[in-house]
Amino acid sequence: MNADAPIDLDHAATTRLCDAARAAMEPFLGDRYGNPSGSHRLARDAVRALDEARERIAVVVGCAPGELVFTSGGTEADNHAVSGGMPPRPGTPVCPATEHHAVLDPVVALGGAIVDVAPDGRIDLDRLAATLEGIDGRVGVVSVMLANNETGVVNDLDAVAEVVAAHEPEVPAVPLHTDAVQGAAWLDLTERAAAADLVSLSAHKLGGPKGVGALVVRGPADVRPLLLGGGQERGRRSGTPDVAGIVGFAAAMQSVAADRDDESARVAALRDRLAEGLSERIDDLHRTVPPDVETLPSSLHLCIGGVDAETLLFLLEAEGIYASAASSCSSGAQESSHVLAAMGVDPRLARGSLRLSLGRDTTPAHVDRVIEVLPLVVERVRRFSGTPAGSTT
Amino acid sequence: MRVLCALSGGVDSSVAAALLLDEGHEVVGVTMKLWGGASDTGCCSVADVEDARRAAAQLDVEHHVFNFGDEFNRHVVDPYVADHAAGRTPNPCVECNRHLKFDQLLRRAEVLGFDAVATGHHARVVEVGDGARRIARGADAAKDQSYVLHPLTSHDLERVLLPVGELTKAQVRHRAEELGLRTAAKPESQDVCFITRAEGRRTFLGERAELHPATVVDQHGAQVGDVDAVELVTVGQRRGLELAGGGVRRYVTDVDVPARTVTVGRREDLLRDDVVLDTLVWAGEPVSGPVLAQRSAHGAVAPASVGATSSGTVALRWDSPQPRVAPGQSVVLYRHIGDDEVVVGGGLAR
Repeated sequence: MNADAPIDLDHAATTRLCDAARAAMEPFLGDRYGNPSGSHRLARDAVRALDEARERIAVVVGCAPGELVFTSGGTEADNHAVSGGMPPRPGTPVCPATEHHAVLDPVVALGGAIVDVAPDGRIDLDRLAATLEGIDGRVGVVSVMLANNETGVVNDLDAVAEVVAAHEPEVPAVPLHTDAVQGAAWLDLTERAAAADLVSLSAHKLGGPKGVGALVVRGPADVRPLLLGGGQERGRRSGTPDVAGIVGFAAAMQSVAADRDDESARVAALRDRLAEGLSERIDDLHRTVPPDVETLPSSLHLCIGGVDAETLLFLLEAEGIYASAASSCSSGAQESSHVLAAMGVDPRLARGSLRLSLGRDTTPAHVDRVIEVLPLVVERVRRFSGTPAGSTT
Repeated sequence: MRVLCALSGGVDSSVAAALLLDEGHEVVGVTMKLWGGASDTGCCSVADVEDARRAAAQLDVEHHVFNFGDEFNRHVVDPYVADHAAGRTPNPCVECNRHLKFDQLLRRAEVLGFDAVATGHHARVVEVGDGARRIARGADAAKDQSYVLHPLTSHDLERVLLPVGELTKAQVRHRAEELGLRTAAKPESQDVCFITRAEGRRTFLGERAELHPATVVDQHGAQVGDVDAVELVTVGQRRGLELAGGGVRRYVTDVDVPARTVTVGRREDLLRDDVVLDTLVWAGEPVSGPVLAQRSAHGAVAPASVGATSSGTVALRWDSPQPRVAPGQSVVLYRHIGDDEVVVGGGLAR
């Protein structure tokens, strides 16, 4: 079966460009190459395409078109939201310990406060309230991700917003930011991210191109620019927009929104089947997130005793299955996960962490193949390392 | 064979991979990520991983990065700091080979279905009869690295390939140029790989252990100076003590961290008749009698005799008195077998 096409179970890392996005982008990689800032026909064509893309995305997100700031991706959007632009907005930024580094690192760099999470990975609202209470001076922004990129754990932003509002009932309120980069492919943002003033998005996680994203800035919240220059994006983000990328982003957003409910149900069923099949066949296998906690339908995060992730991933790849452990660092090495550490997962068990993230191209045959192969791979690793199942628990 | 070739990003390991391909092996490259990446001098920075990745691409072999950072800390960096704090002089390259490259990586390779691990070390693996294998000196005497490979046993060597050991460094560079490898002209790394040049040993150790000032005394106990960090002083050291008086050269003959004392003396005061080695590893069966002993990575070899042995410890008697070996340094024992000078064992000076 090795000769078969590889099975990608690493959709949380990135996704294949969807057909609709590719088709939509095609003309803008050719004749329609205008700069939207100009005035002639080519330019007007580009600005019209940009306006249309903005409107389409705004509908899916549930914001006004003018509230969308296109960026180079999720990381820029997160940095922009946390800092508030240049110079950074006054006040202390706050986020949970499980945020993506694109939020965590700017929060730390700006001297912010990190909130512990519950063992199930969700933000602990009592601790959030206590942290906000303990901050000397103003809170600059509270940033809580909609869904975690490693575990898929979904946070209830309505509840978070209540805590934030209760902390600072006066105007101006503390802005709530959410990194919805992972959530956008599977959750209805018009409901699930409605409570957030600032929302980060990335195109390539949902079938769009890499290098394109957006920050939603819902009034009265605002951000100063990070980049100064030509004053594009209503002065919030200078630089010639990536018209082709943004058009592809819009097409991808529309695509995922069109069949979101059906796809979520289908993928969740495959995910459950995968979890069940693996649990039955592998001893000392732990679902990192308790089943009663909401995760993205695509996410299955496991910790497997007596194996180390790098060995597991190498052998899975040899069988044509692509997955990941935590996040990869710039050298390509697997780094230990700050998310699992924040959840209090035993470090020895975290060594055997495996992130399987399904996608719209995942089929029942893929799942069956993983259920067949993974137990054999785990068995091989345990046999060679002489680590019996259960020794890590 | 299916060979996992450790690629450090340097010229030797790149050429090692090329030679393996020439011999018809199936080669997969791996870079061991051992340290945080701040170091600019060694084998662990992002830039070195890039060099390794590009060399692998030029040779058309797969390239992986394995993170052994925790193990490196545990087996190399922490002991390095602890040794210095105890007034010893560790050799981290030996410990990295002992615990990382030829333990962790060798075991990882076995799980992954590889028949052997290859590195770019300048040393050779030779057969010495009955299938037993030994590390022999590399073809380029000036670049020989058999010393830092001494913890490898005959059993380990059944699964270790050292392809560049048959070549001189000049031949390695020439081969790299022929292949157009971008590592061809890369300078060699010689410092401790986890300490940056800018940072230096003093800062590195100072951040991880308490450094103490100490008194420098002569052989009679009279104070002749002082140092601000006794942990940085090494037995045998001659420079850097800034002693008053000048005149005769003075060597460090003893470092006593608890007493905060460094003792100096003339070269004669440094001479010893014997040295006790701990953490001893024999390549095969234990040997006794005459050996050639090497006491630093590129140091001279002196004849000696292996005396009483107990588990993991051996008394080595020099044929003629030798300067005291700094505690913690590896002393590697060689013998001539056929035309080769091979490693028969080695340990750490007490």
